[in-house]
Amino acid sequence: MLVHSLFFYFFSLITVFSALMVTISRSTINSVFFLILVFVSVSILFIFIGAEFLGMIMLIVYVGAVAVLFLFVVMMLNISSQTTKKNKRKGLINNIPVGLIFGTIIFLELIIALGGWKYKSDFVNLSNASLNAGITNTHALGNVLYTDYIHLFQISGIILLVAMIGAIILTFSKKENVKRQKYLTQIQREKITAISLVDVKIGDGVKLND
Amino acid sequence: MIEISLGHYLTLGAIIFSIGVLGIFLNRKNVIIILMSIELILLAVNINLVSFSIYLQDIVGQVFVIFILTVAAAEAAIGLAIIVAYYKNKGSINVETINTLKG
Repeated sequence: MLVHSLFFYFFSLITVFSALMVTISRSTINSVFFLILVFVSVSILFIFIGAEFLGMIMLIVYVGAVAVLFLFVVMMLNISSQTTKKNKRKGLINNIPVGLIFGTIIFLELIIALGGWKYKSDFVNLSNASLNAGITNTHALGNVLYTDYIHLFQISGIILLVAMIGAIILTFSKKENVKRQKYLTQIQREKITAISLVDVKIGDGVKLND
Repeated sequence: MIEISLGHYLTLGAIIFSIGVLGIFLNRKNVIIILMSIELILLAVNINLVSFSIYLQDIVGQVFVIFILTVAAAEAAIGLAIIVAYYKNKGSINVETINTLKG
């Protein structure tokens, strides 16, 4: 039990510290690295309380994909030369009061809402998929995800597809001097318009009307 | 204090959520930090769902975390694509200069 609490405090302190550093760090690239640190420590916490699959998925999806995407964008855009130091300071100082007010209000609201929550002893689970079935976490998730929630699962796949198409369309740029394939013209081409038979007399040349 | 219960995890989620909201307000540098703060907020929601799922012995909470992960990934991709397109047009992603809709 002591080990559990030590682990919890260690990783949650790292999480909170790096979440703070994400917001107040000077350079954007440092913020991305601290974001990665937040995700890694939270995924360790997830693994620790028994949600192994989600911890691993957090590592793969967030650290492997999303954070690297952030890194690529930060490195592609030339951000560091955009802001002057003076401007940055002034903006931060102007926004500290309103930010602190909103942050503390939301934090207190969450604490009140969660502190007032009591576990009902006659609580009925919404599903009959209990955790204590003697199977691994991944197995239990798969049992529910591919049966009861198959439609939501497929809809989330469609969301990813739409996001992919949208991202490609948003960042796609037409170049001036590059010839591109015209699919419609290619498909609509027919034999009658493409080929013409010409009767050639002996000794004469052929003149095509093009 | 020494015994880790549901409340500890919920408090951790609340702290991260508040830091995310603070980040949106405090940040005046660029839009990418705002996107990262949104990711932090979604992470706090995930922490709450997972801890309740473990506490109530109900796996459905973890299923919903998977869906939130999907939507968060899609949102990050679209948001970054919008930022790249905006940078191509205007040459800057400073928050102060993005005020076309202010009128």
